[in-house]
Amino acid sequence: MTDFERHQYDVVVIGSGGAGLRAAIAAREAGKKTAVVCKSLFGKAHTVMAEGGIAASMGNVNDNDNWQVHFRDTMRGGKFMNNYRMAELHAKEAPDRVWELEEWGALFDRTPDGKISQRNFGGHEYPRLAHVGDRTGLELIRTLQQKIVSLQQQDEKDLGDAEAMLKVFAECTITDLLLDDEPGKGKIAGAFGYYRETGRFVVFDTAAVVVATGGIGKSFKVTSNSWEYTGDGLALAMRAGGTVLNMEFIQFHPTGMVWPLSVKGILVTESVRGDGGILKNSEGKRFMFDYIPDVFKAKYATTEEEGDRWYTDPDNNLRPPELLPRDEVARAINSEVKAGRGSPHGGVFLDIASRKSPDVIRKKLPSMYHQFKELADVDITVEPMEVGPTCHYVMGGIEVDPDTGASPSVQGLFSAGEASGGMHGSNRLGGNSLSDLLVFGRRAGLGASAYVEGLGGNKPTAKEEDITKAADRAQAPFTHEGGENPYTLHQELQQTMNDLVGIIRTDAEIKEALKRIEVLKGRIANMTVEGHRQFNPGWHLALDLQSMIIVSECVAKAALTRTESRGGHTREDFPTMESDWRVVNLICSLHGNDIEIVKQPLPIMTNELLSLFEHSELEKYLAIDELKDHPEAKR
Amino acid sequence: MAYDASFRVWRGNTNGGELTNYKVSVNEGEVVLDIIHRLQQTQTPDLAVRWNCKAGKCGSCSAEVNGKPALLCMTRMNTFTEDETVTVTPLRTFPVIKDLVTDVSFNYQKAREIPSFTPPEGLKPGEYRMQQVDVERSQEFRKCIECFLCQDVCHVIRDHEDNKPAFSGPRFFIRQAELDMHPLDTASRKRDAQEKHGIGLCNITKCCTEVCPEHIKITDNAIIPMKERVADAKYDPLRWLGAKIRGRQPGDVE
Amino acid sequence: MSTTEKPAASNDGTGVFSPGRARISAKTLRVDNWWVQPTITFIILLSFVIYSTWRAFANADYFSMPYLSPFYSPCLADSCPPGSQDFGSWIGSWYAWSPALIILIFPLGFRMTCYYYRKAYYRSFWMSPPACAVAEPHKKYSGETKFPLILENVHRYFFYAALVFNVVLTWDAIASFRNPQGEWGHAGLGTLFLVGNATLLWLYSLSCHSCRHAVGGRLKHFSNHPVRYKWWTMVSKLNTRHMLFAWLSLFGVAFTDFYIYLVASGAITDPRFF
Repeated sequence: MTDFERHQYDVVVIGSGGAGLRAAIAAREAGKKTAVVCKSLFGKAHTVMAEGGIAASMGNVNDNDNWQVHFRDTMRGGKFMNNYRMAELHAKEAPDRVWELEEWGALFDRTPDGKISQRNFGGHEYPRLAHVGDRTGLELIRTLQQKIVSLQQQDEKDLGDAEAMLKVFAECTITDLLLDDEPGKGKIAGAFGYYRETGRFVVFDTAAVVVATGGIGKSFKVTSNSWEYTGDGLALAMRAGGTVLNMEFIQFHPTGMVWPLSVKGILVTESVRGDGGILKNSEGKRFMFDYIPDVFKAKYATTEEEGDRWYTDPDNNLRPPELLPRDEVARAINSEVKAGRGSPHGGVFLDIASRKSPDVIRKKLPSMYHQFKELADVDITVEPMEVGPTCHYVMGGIEVDPDTGASPSVQGLFSAGEASGGMHGSNRLGGNSLSDLLVFGRRAGLGASAYVEGLGGNKPTAKEEDITKAADRAQAPFTHEGGENPYTLHQELQQTMNDLVGIIRTDAEIKEALKRIEVLKGRIANMTVEGHRQFNPGWHLALDLQSMIIVSECVAKAALTRTESRGGHTREDFPTMESDWRVVNLICSLHGNDIEIVKQPLPIMTNELLSLFEHSELEKYLAIDELKDHPEAKR
Repeated sequence: MAYDASFRVWRGNTNGGELTNYKVSVNEGEVVLDIIHRLQQTQTPDLAVRWNCKAGKCGSCSAEVNGKPALLCMTRMNTFTEDETVTVTPLRTFPVIKDLVTDVSFNYQKAREIPSFTPPEGLKPGEYRMQQVDVERSQEFRKCIECFLCQDVCHVIRDHEDNKPAFSGPRFFIRQAELDMHPLDTASRKRDAQEKHGIGLCNITKCCTEVCPEHIKITDNAIIPMKERVADAKYDPLRWLGAKIRGRQPGDVE
Repeated sequence: MSTTEKPAASNDGTGVFSPGRARISAKTLRVDNWWVQPTITFIILLSFVIYSTWRAFANADYFSMPYLSPFYSPCLADSCPPGSQDFGSWIGSWYAWSPALIILIFPLGFRMTCYYYRKAYYRSFWMSPPACAVAEPHKKYSGETKFPLILENVHRYFFYAALVFNVVLTWDAIASFRNPQGEWGHAGLGTLFLVGNATLLWLYSLSCHSCRHAVGGRLKHFSNHPVRYKWWTMVSKLNTRHMLFAWLSLFGVAFTDFYIYLVASGAITDPRFF
């Protein structure tokens, strides 16, 4: 029998980003003994990379803003494929989630009357993003981290032990969820993992697990995501019988760095454009004016003069097309580069230097200034940046109940943040991610607590043989001889996904990708890891790779199935958006070693919410018979 | 362009270890972390290193390069000559775990010893009003990415293990300054800074500021102002007298 | 792959050699010339100390109408030469030693407790530490928590005193617009020295960290004190150059005194402009 450590918790949160920490705070405040388990050190989660801000309709800068407008923007951005209930809860609750951060010590930039300042961002009708310069994610993570510390200080005072009710297990990776029965039938009973530092195994006995592990970007070569984004949570859920939806929708952020190669993919915040930055091709042309799609024609400026006036007088002018939703801008850049009008290193130019004074740039975009200066030796107050699309965010994720974050297929499994799906439809608006983390992180924490409460004394227990199996599975890469090294396999997977299931997709390429994935699966099953279990990055990657391959296959299969183009899914062979496909969610699940995709109807928006839109706009997305109850339908 | 560099990397764990030589190729525009990754991919798959964002925003890849505390992802290879040997070691102030990874739990322990933000009673969420000029000082300190390079370089604990219990370190002096300057914080922190967190041990030799990858002016903007505030509260007879006359505690909020 | 260094045998189990830390035998692995900076600082500061000690004990050649050396200003004893006692001689005749021995306590105290000089001498004289990430030689370290270093906390009082001296030295600079006969409206090379000296001393004092704290730094709400916030902003700007002003004003004082010494001792004659 393998040696392992064992802990009992009411709720175990996997992931210590914004969603995970917010869930843990909610569970702890609901009186549950809570553990946060995370792959990195506490406070290093990928959330720190978020730059622009937190979208919340507080109306501090423009008091026309309210939750209905935010809801509309979110649905439009997602091309009406969002889970309407999630979008509604998100828009309604985001302001409260931002305000409570202030109570925990966050220091946002201020308006002249002392309120939280809000900035413009792509797809948002009004200035809506609460921000701190361009390091909002760091502020959010630090605030939540410090809130957790303050809860621990309270426990130390009351109970004599700071970690009695809320403990962070840092540098600990969960490799399996434990059930009380077969996958598909069983309830969550625990989680199995290992400490990265020592390689020692650990078992958490718990009735509720909140998966908040973030995204999947590390399956792609050019990505803004950190090494942690290996889709662990999605794979964990699927192996436990959970379902994952709409994995074909992957957001390629339009502006990632393209040079030098070692930083290719690192994000250049959208705030550069929000604060006046413009996109130019090698001919010096502001090309975005050529790429305004019909559905957005009425909302964006058609001349440079009008676009420029909008920055100072947004009420009387339309916004420049540089601020179109991210999918549109990313595709436009891709087309310019393909047409041979790209920059020397295969991107386009993002110019703020000619638009704002050096002082303003350094003040408004300090970390961008810093990033380019130190990583690329480019002074953005003098020269334009070179940027291109980078894999940034997955809209798809674990299927959840909007109100509680509960998985419909596995009892005791909850999810929030980027790991969960549905909220953003086919494309996410900038700024909606941080608010999503807070709104649904809290809801998942509360949902998990309520579920545990409801179980009373009947807590499921994990099967001992599953623990042994999990330990064997984790150690398997040490036992194979002569297999390949995980680094090579990882690079091949990234190259495959980037080239064949990237920003523009075709039937033939996706099929080729699936063929390669099938081969990689076999090679991954036989890979070999050298050394021993103590802090061994080769071994860590080997285990993460097993998650990545599952998730990558989901992405490819869903992308092959959806024969239309919408948001974060662009098919060259099916270039238009089809209203028939709008009502279809693609649900991905794992059966043995096989990934299965099934179609499932999208929840139908209530008439009350439908009425927030004009009939003429809905016609562009919805089939006519879906609109029969709209107030304007009769006319 | 591309060349083969000489690297010397510390390999080992608590039981011992050694500086080991490697030859590894370097391409244009790369940073030390790229080279460490290339070593993992081609020669030493189990070489332990912490890293996350590779963009200087998370503060994970802290180590020492040629003896100087630095983020591996922000140390560009073109700062070395092609024939120079680059030495990479773990942080030398904290216990080593393996290779370039150290046990930084000291810092999390210290974080827990500082009372958290204490807003005024009865102020509800959404009612907070603060002026930009009043939050800017604290905002500078909140840029901290907790890479702990300042903690590593600080000789108070780097050179004197026995000072660790009494000394919070630069990271947590900026945390205290942040809270003490927070326009809505009501806790009293000045005496604690001296009596519980050891700001008096700091002799302001400024190495923390030199290594800060976020360019926070740790010494000038946080530690010295806190030392002055401590002096207000503890060492200034005139302020003591003034406070007594006005019926306040020395060092109270103005 | 080859091994270059054996685990250290000679370490003493403290500092970077403490149990648990990575076992590396070198006290520092820095390869740059980290010792240059502290060495230069050491030489300059030591030279200043030697020079000022000599000049302070000399009790001679510090006044040549209209120039009074900053080391001896304000000269308040009966022993001061005629014409140098612009502020009277209320000390009287009982004081027989060099006036500089009393006067220099204040500017030296200001500099000794200055947040910049502390860094400079802790590094270069006490090697605590000599440079960043270079191990210091001491076994024990208590920083500024015990006598005498706890007295660094009185810096603000020396700052207040320095302001008084700045007023005096500013007067000396103004008074130097006279000729050796005491008539106003004249200037010589010495005038430039005295004006430069006073200016640099003001810049050094106003950029002081205690000054920054006093004008506004101690406030929690700048928004309630707009005028003090403005002062604080200005002092903060100066403060970023405190080190520069610290050195320039040190040289300023020394060279001004030396110039006056040369003139007073008759080694050179002061070139007169008008």
